[in-house]
Amino acid sequence: MANRCAVIGVGQTHYTTKRGDVSIAGLVREAAIRALDDAGLTFKDIDAVVIGKAPDLFEGVMMPEAYLADALGAAGKPMMRVHTAGSVGGSTGLVGASLVQGGVHDRVLVVAFEKQSESNATWALSTHLPFNASLVVGAGGYFAPHIREYMRRTGAPAHIGTLVAVKDRLNALKNPYAHLKIPGIDRRMVESTPMLWEPIRYLETCPSSDGACAMVLSSEAKVTGTPAWVHGAAMRSEPIFRAGRDTVNPRAGKDCAADVYRQAGVTDPRRQIDVAEVYVPFSWYEPMWLENLGFAADGEGWKLTESGATALDGDIPWNASGGVLSSNPIGASGLIRFAEAALQVRGMAGEHQVDGARLALGHAYGGGAQFFAMWIVGRERP
Amino acid sequence: MRDVAIVAFAQTRHTAHDTGLSEPELILPVINEVKERTGLRRFGFTCSGSCDYLAGAPFSFVSALDAIGAWPPISESHVEMDGAWALYEAWVRLQHGDVDSALVYGFGKSSLGDLRTIMTLQLDPYYLAPLGLDQLSYAALQAAALRADRAELDEIVRRSRADGRDNPYALDLPDEISGSDEVSGSDEVSGSDEVSGGFAVEPLKTSDIAPVTDGAAAVVLAAGDLAAELCERPAHIRGIAHRTEPHYLGMRDLAQSASAADAARAAGVGKGPVDVAELHAQFAHEELILRRALELPDGTVINPSGGPLAANPVMATGLIRIGEAARRVHDGTAERAVAHAAGGPCLQHNLVTVLEA
Repeated sequence: MANRCAVIGVGQTHYTTKRGDVSIAGLVREAAIRALDDAGLTFKDIDAVVIGKAPDLFEGVMMPEAYLADALGAAGKPMMRVHTAGSVGGSTGLVGASLVQGGVHDRVLVVAFEKQSESNATWALSTHLPFNASLVVGAGGYFAPHIREYMRRTGAPAHIGTLVAVKDRLNALKNPYAHLKIPGIDRRMVESTPMLWEPIRYLETCPSSDGACAMVLSSEAKVTGTPAWVHGAAMRSEPIFRAGRDTVNPRAGKDCAADVYRQAGVTDPRRQIDVAEVYVPFSWYEPMWLENLGFAADGEGWKLTESGATALDGDIPWNASGGVLSSNPIGASGLIRFAEAALQVRGMAGEHQVDGARLALGHAYGGGAQFFAMWIVGRERP
Repeated sequence: MRDVAIVAFAQTRHTAHDTGLSEPELILPVINEVKERTGLRRFGFTCSGSCDYLAGAPFSFVSALDAIGAWPPISESHVEMDGAWALYEAWVRLQHGDVDSALVYGFGKSSLGDLRTIMTLQLDPYYLAPLGLDQLSYAALQAAALRADRAELDEIVRRSRADGRDNPYALDLPDEISGSDEVSGSDEVSGSDEVSGGFAVEPLKTSDIAPVTDGAAAVVLAAGDLAAELCERPAHIRGIAHRTEPHYLGMRDLAQSASAADAARAAGVGKGPVDVAELHAQFAHEELILRRALELPDGTVINPSGGPLAANPVMATGLIRIGEAARRVHDGTAERAVAHAAGGPCLQHNLVTVLEA
């Protein structure tokens, strides 16, 4: 079976609207060097580099791994570039882990980034292909109908999204790297912001961020420092236009979770997982993914959110870092989830540390809620 | 490493123009062909390679999932690289030991835009892309650094086109080479006569350049015993490795390819004879650089398919090299074959695969 793999270094840049002080190369290098420092290593110790980001149209640089090879110390080494839509950050972590699990390399540097200030993401996501309808709505306009359908099915009250928006931003106040820091944020503040795509209000959406995240992954023999062990890793995809697919509660998400739980020996995620970093770009995706990932029964996710169970002091904290709602360099957002999960079980999450976290879930999704990447990391060696 | 073999390969009949097929329509027949040939309907892992900039739209790979019929949901990933790297990712995934088969595909329609200008966008956006250095210009810099014999280059083009005409999947390109009479036999190519006589960007002649091509290809990998069950003569991957090198052209000796040589050593090209080599040379002079970097013996047959100079569906071209090399093992023409794929400006990134019967 697959070899053991551990996260031994995590590096993040501060996430912000515009990093005018660094080039794209400077941005990814900043995260990479922090991850190497965390692992007590240098670029010389790295066997291969895996880089991921969302569509190249965001920065206008096609296949930027060619240009970034120098900044990431990849010259003379294998380098790969992953792109799986919004889930790409997670997939990048998985491709890097795969190189270690497959016994091909001992130490892999994975990096994901987005420098969204280089363009307008909504326009880059709204191109009009020949013979296709263009909605010109971006991600919010695409996902809002799915959220309305979730509300219709479950009868969830309208304020649930607001609760998530407040909770994640309160968590962000404890995360030094978070983009949105809104002191005094409360339900009234969220509810006073404009409605963008019914039922998503301005403060219920993710920001557009510049930022990069990096991790050093290691084989068992080459572990340095404090490892977070990979207990399970899985990806699943389903077609966007398949008639009859459930876009609200996608099967690919359920299958991916089942796969990663099986590998990690998790039968009751609510009880066995201590903290989850889940891709929630619009507030309502917390209750939706609570159900999709099996933390709550169908139709019950919003009740878990409402009960406060997913808050930092709840019994199953979700997005203790502030999540995608607080920082969103799109291509990196998935890897940040994976990295924050690793930080939690390494006991290195600082002010947003969940006490005694031993097992954590990292999750990312993308495309039309059709691409999923997940991993479970633990304090103990599997 | 776990024994993994190529058990099926299919490609489109590549075209030099847009036939009106969408990308899923381009992919569907080759996916169906490899499914039929192996009898497999589901695969343990699936990986593809494509480039958003060719389609001029984000997520070019998303609709491809509709073509492969990813239902129930599949374990799948995508690289924004040539499909050869998708094959590499799948090979790595098969090393885990829990799945035994993988579907790999690559596709691209370079007819939709101005490929030469689009390729400029992969350069450093601060210091190189603003110079407007297009693909032909930087290839010409490499050709100039190599100072290859003109007759030798013309011979590569003629051989590639002749082989391409014999290959039903490649383009039918004429035997005549523009401006060849004026410059044949000369290793000093300069002067206004030659520029008007077939040069795109001196010393690069239009005939040295791989044609704009639309196409797709698919490969099935099988591990362990499954390979022999699915294919009479599987092409076993005995070595596969890739290396990149500095992006800046000024930091490299363009007359050589250090990364191709490193990858070839890591893949073990020199451990035995090489009957056939399929090289991802998009310009005639790149074949000379690669032959040297891979230290291919004189007797090796180079690009019997015609190579990229006869059909160059960008993002599938490298994968097709692996597929064509595997095909020679499958049909018994080769015992040991080498395939090469490249990415980045002037052969910045190279992948080498060694296949054996």
